[in-house]
Amino acid sequence: MNELIQESKVAAFVEHLPQTMLAIDKELVSKAIATIKTTDFPTTRTEAWKYTRLARIAAISTANQTAREGKNLSREDIHSSYQITKDGLTFVFENGVFRSDLSSGEFPAGATIKPLTGCTKEELAIVGKSLTLENEVFNAMNTAYAVDGMYISIQDKAIIDAPIQLIHLITGKNTVSNLRNIIQIGKFAKAEIMQSYFALDAEASFTNVVTEVIVAENAHLTINKLQYEEEGNYHISTEQVDQAKDSTFTINTMSLNGTLVRNNLNIEVNGVNCMTNLHGAYVLKSNQHVDNHTIVDHKQPHCESNELYKGVMDEKSTGVFNGKVFVRKDAQKINAFQSNGNVLLSDDASINSKPELEIYADDVKCSHGSTTGQLDEEAVFYLRARGISEKSARHLMVSAFIEDVVTKIENEAFLNYTHSLLKERFGWDF
Amino acid sequence: MGYTENELAKDLENQEYKFGFVTNIDSDKAPKGLDESIIRFISAKKNEPEWMLEYRLKAFSIWKEMVEPSWAHVHYEKPDFQEITYYSAPKQTKKYESWDDVDPEMKATMAKLGISLEEQQRLTGTNVAVDFVMDSVSVATSFKAKLAELGIIFCSFSEAVQEHPELVRKYMGSVVPMTDNFYAALNCAVFTDGSFCYIPKGVKCPMELSTYFRINEGGTGQFERTLVVADQGSYVSYLEGCTAPQRDENQLHAAVVELIALDDAEIKYSTVQNWYPGDKEGKGGVFNFVTKRGMCERNAKISWTQVETGSAVTWKYPSCILKGDNSVGEFYSVAVTNNFQQADTGTKMVHLGRNTKSTIISKGISAGKSQNSYRGLVQIHKNASNARNFSQCDSLLMTDECGAHTFPYIECKNSSAKIEHEATTSKIGEDQIFYCLQRGISEEKAISLIVNGYCKEVLNQLPMEFAVEAQKLLAISLEGSVG
Repeated sequence: MNELIQESKVAAFVEHLPQTMLAIDKELVSKAIATIKTTDFPTTRTEAWKYTRLARIAAISTANQTAREGKNLSREDIHSSYQITKDGLTFVFENGVFRSDLSSGEFPAGATIKPLTGCTKEELAIVGKSLTLENEVFNAMNTAYAVDGMYISIQDKAIIDAPIQLIHLITGKNTVSNLRNIIQIGKFAKAEIMQSYFALDAEASFTNVVTEVIVAENAHLTINKLQYEEEGNYHISTEQVDQAKDSTFTINTMSLNGTLVRNNLNIEVNGVNCMTNLHGAYVLKSNQHVDNHTIVDHKQPHCESNELYKGVMDEKSTGVFNGKVFVRKDAQKINAFQSNGNVLLSDDASINSKPELEIYADDVKCSHGSTTGQLDEEAVFYLRARGISEKSARHLMVSAFIEDVVTKIENEAFLNYTHSLLKERFGWDF
Repeated sequence: MGYTENELAKDLENQEYKFGFVTNIDSDKAPKGLDESIIRFISAKKNEPEWMLEYRLKAFSIWKEMVEPSWAHVHYEKPDFQEITYYSAPKQTKKYESWDDVDPEMKATMAKLGISLEEQQRLTGTNVAVDFVMDSVSVATSFKAKLAELGIIFCSFSEAVQEHPELVRKYMGSVVPMTDNFYAALNCAVFTDGSFCYIPKGVKCPMELSTYFRINEGGTGQFERTLVVADQGSYVSYLEGCTAPQRDENQLHAAVVELIALDDAEIKYSTVQNWYPGDKEGKGGVFNFVTKRGMCERNAKISWTQVETGSAVTWKYPSCILKGDNSVGEFYSVAVTNNFQQADTGTKMVHLGRNTKSTIISKGISAGKSQNSYRGLVQIHKNASNARNFSQCDSLLMTDECGAHTFPYIECKNSSAKIEHEATTSKIGEDQIFYCLQRGISEEKAISLIVNGYCKEVLNQLPMEFAVEAQKLLAISLEGSVG
């Protein structure tokens, strides 16, 4: 047959990217490449991407990637501008490449922490274990073109006090960073990881992060994520989490800047007695678009999950929340709560909310709620009557609304840092 | 211990579908299958004007290009559209001048279904006017003369095509265009009959209007259309009931209901849907793929109330397009699924006008091995200032093998809109049952008490005649099912 196989747009997109040098299973990589060849970028006809248009990402001219010009970054620059806390380890990546010259801190006992480029084939055997590649273009792209990322493995019973900080800098024009992180928390171990994304003289840059997380029995893991990539840059991130029995997993996602941000959280609760907390705040203005997609899949009984997402949309921004809770057959005694609140501050802003429940067991308590509204004018009046200017009154109310979820962050340094960014971008006082 | 849960569950399983009889009436059938000639045959049989035939053929050509939707959370064997008989009419098609002319066999059917027109004929005063549609053909309409005095037109759809073509042409397809979806297009091409109702300006319809749908013939599909037009400032309450005989095959029901409420008008549309749900192995039953939509002009109100207990597969979203300022849309639903039934139902509220309001109350009850989904859309458009929506969808799970799902879509493009959505899923609490038992109420009674309380908000919306029937249906469908 002379039939021409039309190349997908994704294939053209990745043409100029270097294939992964990581010690990942070759078969997996070729499978990912095969997926890329046959799949196109999802459109709004795909249910999972119904509200998010990817044309701007697809239009990035990957052939013309240009590096950032200007003075070289120093460790001091990182410490003064991007480091959230001086405690613990700080790893810095630029466009997905590990920068040892900018990283600092002391390695804690009981943990193996290194960039993926330094990992053996055995260590990377778990890559792609529970990640779907079919029809998931960004997962496939990440698997085939991952440059680097973090490998964090915490030994059983190790308690890592200081947070592990990963700072990702996006620089240059039309750059594409495929980052892959592997996080393994051993039995009875505890750790806290901070991930922050910043842009520095970047334009039309695209970050595609996949983080695979394994939380073993009785382990505790908290991930604090901060997205502040400036307008004109795009970010897609996927967290694939596997929770074993009696474990606790918490993730706080703060999306405060960046033109297009999409977060996919896929939490598989594979053990009994687990606790899962997903918190997210998205505060948007100009033409920003933030899309939070969460899936909590309860496969075992006696678990609890809490989900709280709050957003403020101003100017021409768009927010999307799509939360899904699965309770599988026989996963009895599940308490799953999902809550989404939105405030629209402008007539050009919009919100699409889709809180879904799919329940196949009967002895469960599941609820979800979603609200969309605006500031209460009477409350604004109350504050103004007490001598507070209208602007301050509105700031006060919006910040109080979002503070509900921001204060879920337990790490004080991270909380303060988030507050400072909110002040910098929106002028709110806390 | 007396009546145990297992016994209750068994009772429920064995609950016979009491409308499962077949009426032996000769019927006029078209050959199986679907092509242009069948459409011409239907149109000719009904002695339709040229424009109607053109409308059908256009819809058919559109339908041929469409694919069956598969996004709903239901699994079933797709019907073979060439295996369906698209026209089946009770043989006596002559018009009945008086009640006495009606085929006794047919009268018996109606009596069995509990709609004794005879009795109603005898009674005077406010009652229910019934249009009885069997196998898609309207066989009897009562109280016609009395309604005509007020200028109300209430007749079968084919009669309306003949006698009121200007109204039909103006409003048919104005809310549900033939391109809307696969089943709506199919319906436009092959619909055989249905009901038509027009309430003139400022008239408050003095009685409940009611249509009773029944599929009788085997291997037939029922494709009826309902068109209700409430002119400015009028009011009408419309009821719809459905049953079908017990058959091993899956029968297809693809109806289109269009409501048009002009300025200041109000339409209340209530449905008690009890199509044959299939037996306890999940064999047979009706596929219920219905498109229902209403258009609200300024200050108008449309209220949908539905009690869904039947059908093997339900795929139905009664919607309101709130086009005019200050218009109101309401949706109250109780959907009960048992055995292998699957339901994917909900509503769409499209807010276009200013100060529009919508309320959604949906109560799902799943028992046996059934799957019950709520799928709803609340859409606030840019100009819909001060729009308000409140949605509540609760699910009650009766066994550990059933499922309850919620898929709400909330899309808001206006900053002055207020939208609330909440949903809960749970089972009947052991403590609730215990509380009742303690007070000398048997377990079975306690469950029925709790379920009735759970559905009360919706049942209260039904007109009296229906509320009683709906409560009975609920009791039958759910008797003794607790997990």
